[in-house]
Amino acid sequence: MSDQDIKKARRHLTQNEGLIFERSSAGKTGVQLPPLDVPSIDPAAALGSQNVRDTIPGFPEVSEFEVVRHFTRLSTWNYGVDTGAYLLGSCTMKYNPKINEVVARLEGIATAHPLQPASTVQGCLRIMQALSRALIEITGMDAITLQPAAGAHGELTGLLLVRAYLESRGDARKKVLIPDSAHGTNPASAYQVGYRTQALPSNARGTVDIDLLDKLMTEDVAALMLTNPNTLGVFEDEIHRIAEIVHSRGGLIYMDGANLNALLGVSRPGDFGIDVLHLNLHKTFSTPHGGGGPGAGPVAVRKHLAPFLPIPVIAEDAGGTLSFDFDRPQSIGRVRAFYGNFGMLVRALAYILANGFDGLRQLTEDAVLNSMYVRTQLEADYDLPYDAPTLHECVFSDKRQARHGVRTGDIAKRLIDYGFHPYTVSFPLIVPGALMIEPTESESKQELDFLIDALRFIAREAEQDPELVLSAPRTTRVSRVDEVQAARKPILRWLPPTPTD
Amino acid sequence: MRYLPKSPDERAEMLRAIGVDTVGELFSGIPAEARLDRPLRLDAGKSEAEVLGYFRARAAECAREFTSFLGAGAYDHFRPAVVDALISRSEFSTAYTPYQPEISQGTLQSIFEFQTLICQLTGMDVANASLYDGSTALPEAVMMAVRTTGRHRALVARSVHPEYRQVLDTYIRHQGMHIDEIPCLATGQVDSAALTDRLGDDVAAVVLQSPNFFGIVEEPHAIAAEVHAAGALLVAMVSEPVSLGVVRPPSEADIVAGEAQGCGVPPSFGGPYVGFLSTSDQYKRAIPGRLVGQTTDSNGERAFCLTLTTREQHIRREKATSNICTNQALCALMVTIFLSLYGRRGFRDLALHNLAKAGYAASALRARGATLRFAGPFFNEFVVSGIRPPADLEARLAEARIIGGLDLTRYYPELAGDVLFCFTENASREAIDRMVEIYTG
Amino acid sequence: MTYPNHLHYTQEHEWVEVSGSLATVGITDHAQHQLGDIVYVELPRPGTAVESGKVCGTVESVKAVSEIFSPVSGEVRETNAALTEAPETVNQDPHAKGWMIRVQLSGDGLPDGLLSAEQYEKFASEEAG
Repeated sequence: MSDQDIKKARRHLTQNEGLIFERSSAGKTGVQLPPLDVPSIDPAAALGSQNVRDTIPGFPEVSEFEVVRHFTRLSTWNYGVDTGAYLLGSCTMKYNPKINEVVARLEGIATAHPLQPASTVQGCLRIMQALSRALIEITGMDAITLQPAAGAHGELTGLLLVRAYLESRGDARKKVLIPDSAHGTNPASAYQVGYRTQALPSNARGTVDIDLLDKLMTEDVAALMLTNPNTLGVFEDEIHRIAEIVHSRGGLIYMDGANLNALLGVSRPGDFGIDVLHLNLHKTFSTPHGGGGPGAGPVAVRKHLAPFLPIPVIAEDAGGTLSFDFDRPQSIGRVRAFYGNFGMLVRALAYILANGFDGLRQLTEDAVLNSMYVRTQLEADYDLPYDAPTLHECVFSDKRQARHGVRTGDIAKRLIDYGFHPYTVSFPLIVPGALMIEPTESESKQELDFLIDALRFIAREAEQDPELVLSAPRTTRVSRVDEVQAARKPILRWLPPTPTD
Repeated sequence: MRYLPKSPDERAEMLRAIGVDTVGELFSGIPAEARLDRPLRLDAGKSEAEVLGYFRARAAECAREFTSFLGAGAYDHFRPAVVDALISRSEFSTAYTPYQPEISQGTLQSIFEFQTLICQLTGMDVANASLYDGSTALPEAVMMAVRTTGRHRALVARSVHPEYRQVLDTYIRHQGMHIDEIPCLATGQVDSAALTDRLGDDVAAVVLQSPNFFGIVEEPHAIAAEVHAAGALLVAMVSEPVSLGVVRPPSEADIVAGEAQGCGVPPSFGGPYVGFLSTSDQYKRAIPGRLVGQTTDSNGERAFCLTLTTREQHIRREKATSNICTNQALCALMVTIFLSLYGRRGFRDLALHNLAKAGYAASALRARGATLRFAGPFFNEFVVSGIRPPADLEARLAEARIIGGLDLTRYYPELAGDVLFCFTENASREAIDRMVEIYTG
Repeated sequence: MTYPNHLHYTQEHEWVEVSGSLATVGITDHAQHQLGDIVYVELPRPGTAVESGKVCGTVESVKAVSEIFSPVSGEVRETNAALTEAPETVNQDPHAKGWMIRVQLSGDGLPDGLLSAEQYEKFASEEAG
C-alpha cells in the first residue's frame, strides 16, 4: 500500500491559525458604526450604576480582514459535502443546492420579523403553506406543523401529540415500544413526555419481530416508534401487520422519518398506517447541516391528531389572505417561539420545487441505486450481517477486519486518508462493529468507484499491515485526537494567559 | 435533473453490476400494498430561474425597505457583509456534526470560540455549543435545575418572554413539575416580595429575564443570595444579547441562558436562531447539548473535540440530560463572527447606540403625551401607553414605511392597547420622529 | 490479572473488602478493561444510604456509562476523592488504589451470593466468551 493507491485525494498545506482571542490587540476593531444621530446617554445615569458593566474582559479586538482570514483558514480544516462524499448513514448528506441559499436571503424573506402584521408577510405565510401542502402530499398524511427545530424536537412534538390524543380518549397509557435498532433520541424523547420505554428486539432479518410485538403490544402501550426503512436500510415488509396489531389495541405508530430519502414518490407513510411522523428537512430536503445545525423537524399527522398540533397554524380566509390561528383549544401548546426554523423551510420548498414529482422519485431511485451498488461491490470484502434487501443505506460489520485488530473506528479513520468522510461508526447497536453507509443520490459513479476501491484497499491493509490502519489518519491537519484527555480534564473555554512574574 | 450526477448509461451499468435488470427490482423489499401507484401530485421540476422567480414573487408580498420598531425576542441589528460571506464557505455550511475531529477542526474551534464568547458576555464559567433558540433554552435550563436540585417547582417571572413561558409549559407538562408565576411591580421589575413569599425548599429554579419582555433591566444580583439560601438555582434569561454590551451580566445567577439571534443572525421570520446556555463550573456535567473541549492530538498539537458526550442521548438514551441532538452550529458561527468583528469596543458602542436611540424615542413620545408603562430602567425596548390603538394605524404605518411596535393585547390582557417598541442602531432619528408622530397624532 | 483472594466479587463486576463493620467497594479489573479509559467517576455523598444490588454511582469512559451496583447495604462513610482528579487510577489499580466507596455495614453484614476470587474469575472469563 502506498499513497499511489489513493486516487481521490492528496496532501495539501493548511495554514496555522490560533484562537481569535490570540490575535487580539487593544484598539483594533472590525466594524465602524454610523455617526449617532441622537444625543448619547450615560449608561450609569440611565440604568443605574449597579446595573452597568464597563467592559467585557477578554473580548477580542481584531480588524475586519483578520476576521476573514481567521474563519477562512478554519474553514479549510473542515470537510463538507461540497468537498466529497459524506457517507454517514441515516444522516443523508446530499448536495445542498446553492439557489436555496440565494432565495432564503432575499429581502422581505430573510428580513421579515416574526411578529409583523400578517398583511406585511403574506409571502412568508404562502411559503409555509406551500411547503406544508407539498410535505403532506409526499408523506400521505393529513396535517402538519413546521414548528419543531430539529428531528429530536420533532420526536418530542410527535409524542406530545400522541399523549394528548390518548388523554383525550381518557387514557394516556404508560409505555412506548422502541426497536433496538432505533436512534438514541427516541428513548430520550419518550422519557421527556413521561413515557417509559420498552426495547423491542429485532428478529433475525433485523426487522420488527411480529410475534414479540404481538406479545408486548398491550393496553399499556401508547405507541410504537418505528424507523422505516429502519437503520439497516430495510423496509419493514410486514408493516401492514404491524399497523394492524398496534391499532387494534388502541396504540399509535410514530415514525422517525430520518430515512425518508428512500421513499419519495415510491411509498407514503400515511398509506401504510403511520399516525405521526417527523421529517428531517436537513436530511431528505437538502437544507445544509451547517456543522451540526440548524435543522428543521416538521411533524405530519393523520386527521385524528390534527386538533392537537402546536399553535399557531396557518389559516386562509375566503379572499385568500393568510394569517395565523392561535385559537386551538386542544393544542399541545408551543414547542418553540414563533413558527420554527423558517429559513430552513424556504430552502426545503426551493428543493421540492426544483425537483418536482419527477425529480423526487428519480432521486430516491438513485439513492437506492447508489447504496445497492456499494453494497454489492463490497460484499466480498466486508461482512454483511443482515442480508435482507436494503434501500438507501447498507450496514456492514468489521467482523473480518477485527480478527486483525482493526475495528470499524479504525477503518473510518483510514478512509479519511483516502479522501472521504467516514460512514456512521458503531451504529445501529444491533450490529457489533457497524459500518453504516448512506451514499445518497448525490454521488457520481466515479466517486463511488473511488470509495469502493478505497474500502477494498483498506480491507487488504487490515490483513497485511494493520498498523497502517490503526495509526490513521496520517494526512489530516491533526492526527488522532485525545478524547480521553478532553473528558478527564475538560477545557471548555479560552482563558487569558495568567501573568507570570 | 441537474442535481443528479448520473447518465442513463451509468445507471444501466450500475444495475448490471448489482445484478438486476430494472431499478424497480431494487424496491422489491417494499410490499406491493405499501407502494404508491401514481406520481406525486406536485408540479414537475422547475429550472433555477423559475425557482428564483417563485421566491422573488413571495418576497414581493412582504414588506421591504421598512424601518422596524419590533423587538420582543427578535432583533433587527445590522449584519456586516463578512458574516454571510464567511458562513457561506461550504466547508462550514455543508459539514455535519463534528464527530470526526480530524476533519472538523474548523467547526470545533469556532464552537470553542463561541463557548468562550458566551462565557465572556454572561460572566459564567462554561457555555454549551448552542441550543435551538431562546425559547427552548428556558425549559432546558429549568430541567437542568430540576436534575441538579432534585426539586420540582419553578418560580417564573411573568415578565419572561410569553412565548418562552408557553414553550416551558409544553415541555414540562409530563415531568411532574409545577410552575408559579411571579408578578412584576410598577417599575416593570420582578416583585421580589412575591418571590420571597413563594420561595420554599421545594423550589428548583427561580427564573427571570433581563432585560425582561417589557425591556426593563432586572437586578438578579439583588435576589441571588435569597434564592441560593433557599437551595434553588437562579436562572437568568437574556433575549436581547446586545444588551450585554452595557448591562451588567447576571453572573450571580447559576444558569444564564437565552437567545443570541441579535448578534448576527437575520430575523428570518422567526428562525433559525441560536439558543445558548452557560453556567458555573460545578454544573458542567449537568449541561444539556453539545460541548467542545480543547485537547491535543497524538503529536501533542492543540486540537478540539466534542466532549463530556456521556451526558447525551446517543449514549445515555432515556437518562440523557436532554433529548437534544443537533445544535445550531451555523447560527452560532454567525454570532462568533459578529462578536469578533464588533469586538470589545465596538460591541459596547453598539449597545450604547441602542440605549441612546431608545432614550431619544422615550423623550419624543413623552413630549407628545404618551407615557411609559413601567418606571424601571430600560435598554432598547419599552412599553408605551396612551397612544392611538395600533389596529387603526396599519395603513398609515405602511404608507410611512414603518413596521410599528407590538400590540401587547394578545400576550398580556392587562396591558391591552399598550405597545412594546424596540429601537436599534438601524432606527434613524428621522424614522423615530415619523413613527412618534403617527402613534401620537 | 489475578483477582485477590481477600476480596468478594459480584456478577455486576464490583468487589468488596470487609474490615470489621466497614466495607470498601470498587469495580473489578474485568470491568475497567471492558470500559476502557475511565474519564469520570460519580459517587454518592458520604451519609448516603446504599442498598445491596442498587445503583450507587456511575463510571464513565469517553463513549460509555456504566452503573455501579452496591454489593452491600449500609451508609457511605467515605469516597475516594483521588478519583476526581485521577479517574485513571481505576484503570491502573482497580483492586486497591482505585477503590470507590467505604460503607458502614448495616446490621445484616455481607449479603449472600457474593463470589470468591476463583468463582469470579471463571464467571468473568465465561462472560468475555
